[in-house]
Amino acid sequence: MAQPNNFGFGEEAALLKESARKFFAENLPTDALHELVASDPNPERMTQSLWKRDAWQQMVDLGWTMLAVPESAGGIGMPVVAVAGLTEELGRAAFPCPLLPTLNATYVLAACGAQAEAPLAEIVEGLSATLAVTNAQGSWDTGSTDVRYTDGKLNGTACYVQDARKVDRLLVSAHSDAGISLYWVAADAPGVTIDPDAIVDLTRDQAHVSFVDVVATPVFDDGVAALDAAMPAIWTLAAADMVGAGEWQLQTSVEYVSARKQFDHALGFFQAVKHPLVNVMIKIDEAKSLVYNAACALDNEPDRARQYAHMAKASASDMAGFASGRSVQSHGGIGFTWECFVHLYFKRQKHSQVLWGDGAWHRALLAEALLGTAA
Amino acid sequence: MSESARKDTPEQAEFRTYCRDWLADNRPADPSVRLPLSPLEIMTQEQLGYLQAWQKSAYDAGLVGCDYPVEAGGGGRNDCQRVANEEMIRARTPFFPNVIGLGMAAPTVLYHAQESVKRDLLPRLLSGEDIWCQGFSEPGAGSDLANVQTFAERKGDKWVINGHKVWTSLAHFAEWMIILLRTDKSHKYDGLSYFVVPIRSALGKGVTVRPLIKITGETGFNEVLFEDLEVDDCYRLDELGKGWQVAMTTLLHERGAGELQTPRAGGLKSKSTHATNTSNLMDLARNTARDGKTAADDPVLRDRMMQMVIREEALKHNQRRARVPALLDHPMRLQLQNKLLSSENSQDIASLAVDIQGAASSLYLGDANAPSGGQWPMAYMNSYGMTIAAGTSEVQRNILGERVLGMPKSK
Repeated sequence: MAQPNNFGFGEEAALLKESARKFFAENLPTDALHELVASDPNPERMTQSLWKRDAWQQMVDLGWTMLAVPESAGGIGMPVVAVAGLTEELGRAAFPCPLLPTLNATYVLAACGAQAEAPLAEIVEGLSATLAVTNAQGSWDTGSTDVRYTDGKLNGTACYVQDARKVDRLLVSAHSDAGISLYWVAADAPGVTIDPDAIVDLTRDQAHVSFVDVVATPVFDDGVAALDAAMPAIWTLAAADMVGAGEWQLQTSVEYVSARKQFDHALGFFQAVKHPLVNVMIKIDEAKSLVYNAACALDNEPDRARQYAHMAKASASDMAGFASGRSVQSHGGIGFTWECFVHLYFKRQKHSQVLWGDGAWHRALLAEALLGTAA
Repeated sequence: MSESARKDTPEQAEFRTYCRDWLADNRPADPSVRLPLSPLEIMTQEQLGYLQAWQKSAYDAGLVGCDYPVEAGGGGRNDCQRVANEEMIRARTPFFPNVIGLGMAAPTVLYHAQESVKRDLLPRLLSGEDIWCQGFSEPGAGSDLANVQTFAERKGDKWVINGHKVWTSLAHFAEWMIILLRTDKSHKYDGLSYFVVPIRSALGKGVTVRPLIKITGETGFNEVLFEDLEVDDCYRLDELGKGWQVAMTTLLHERGAGELQTPRAGGLKSKSTHATNTSNLMDLARNTARDGKTAADDPVLRDRMMQMVIREEALKHNQRRARVPALLDHPMRLQLQNKLLSSENSQDIASLAVDIQGAASSLYLGDANAPSGGQWPMAYMNSYGMTIAAGTSEVQRNILGERVLGMPKSK
């Protein structure tokens, strides 16, 4: 099935994107975000999970956490392209909350079929969730987990778990008799220990989560199949977040170089400053076009979605690194300080860049698809 | 039925059928000569003759200049050139040789010349019998086009022209030139006027055309010297001092943003021409041996190829997103990137192709062992024409930084 020319980005999607932009800007403008998450510059600070629970509750009430839940499971079943629009705005605001992890878990659950009805119902009720599927090496291979399920109980540790301290539920992958299977666990269940990682990114939290004889609800036997099916959506949304954040970095840098004067000219007068910011714009636009193409493929052309999502995540990851570097550099001395807001986005982008595979990782997989496995 | 055919007006639908039928019977036979990659690289009379005969037959059949007024030699139709173009490209015809005439000179003459001049010049332009060239750039006026110094001095109802134009593609075949001239030295922009001037009939009588040889060894563009060339005032386009505004009509159509659709044909695959796209690039890698395995297995080359595949795909979806206002932050943001990105992408693909070939990339057109007949090194060298002509990449980045991002104007 072919893709619609407008990516299927209709009026409803445009409205959602617009209202999300307003919501984030009103609830947490950048200065308020800085005040909330960056009050303690100590590099050896205790790791904290700083976010606005009241704003999160409003997002839940708006139905944003069940956008990706299929209608058959009681959700809204919005196309991925609309969810990508919302996620782009989330990234633009660098908004701390468990929306992305919840959407990611939702896409995995939606790939599990009827057996995931109960967990999806909990998401529809407003509970948040995150994926606990990564091993100690940080492998993005869906077949690698350090958790084991035996005799009805989970044991082991999941690493690089996103926003673990903000969520209500964990969707865990573990070795089982059937291979690698998926399990649904309350984040505060007996035997679950969430050990926060001390991370660079101030707008998210991350943890390693240990399971000691944790009683868990089995969700799906073929966990790798479900994770693989959901990954293109997960990569696409991670890329959408980076596109939004990149746009903030671009606009903020352009404003700064248009105002700051040296040698009797605004900095942006000088092509050595101007042209790299144009290159940032070009890279954002490439990534953005690829994000909406991948999202649209997920909705309309599923056979091609995996390749397109590799492209989107690879492009956005490289862009995020580049835009981050330029945003600090073009702010000069002030950009190197804690008081200037650019470090918030620099850190979020560096986090997103590696999450679910960096550019080189995605290009290697794309090459396998297009050129075959290398001899 | 194709997507575009579904939206046809009754006139377009009827015309589409006509074009399709005509092309089925009259699409020219494949040429016996090697065709160049574009009209700007036409080198020999044989190549030109083949392409001119094709343009003339398409013109006689009504597929060229469909939307031009009948008095000017056109077809007098409404928005039908688009249809003819789609059908010609679908039928994989050769391209038209009179590319500057059709794309730049014709709309400018139509909108700004006297009636008698239009009637006199446009029919032979549209038919391709008269090849046209463009005299804008000069040694001292490249990116800073308004710095044109070639001077036209008034003598009664004649003008006497002296000066030097460069990078003039097709001048060695041209009958006519559109030319930007200085008529007043005291005003930079308002001192410019726009003319059409004869070239071939004035050779040795005030006009000298000297070929410039490109880094590939091909000819195709020239320098043109004017020494006391006299032209009649009727060949002035629009008012005196309005040359810059008239030039904007030319440039707008050159960038595909003008009111009139340019007649365009093409799609014919010549055996020896390799388009700079990633699918040809990957084919090359599969067929190139390197240290006992194929280049397609080299991890570094794989990564670089995928970077190009991704950029090529992104460019495609930029075009698509440019028409979705809800996903655009600025209306011109994507359109203005187009020339820059497509020229740099082609250059980077060709550059990578040369790297993939390794030692064999040293072999050129004349070598029987050259991979793809030596086309890749030639494409790589030719790619610099695209990143320099029609506004260098540096000028494009200024335009983007200033018009889209609103940064202060660089001088």
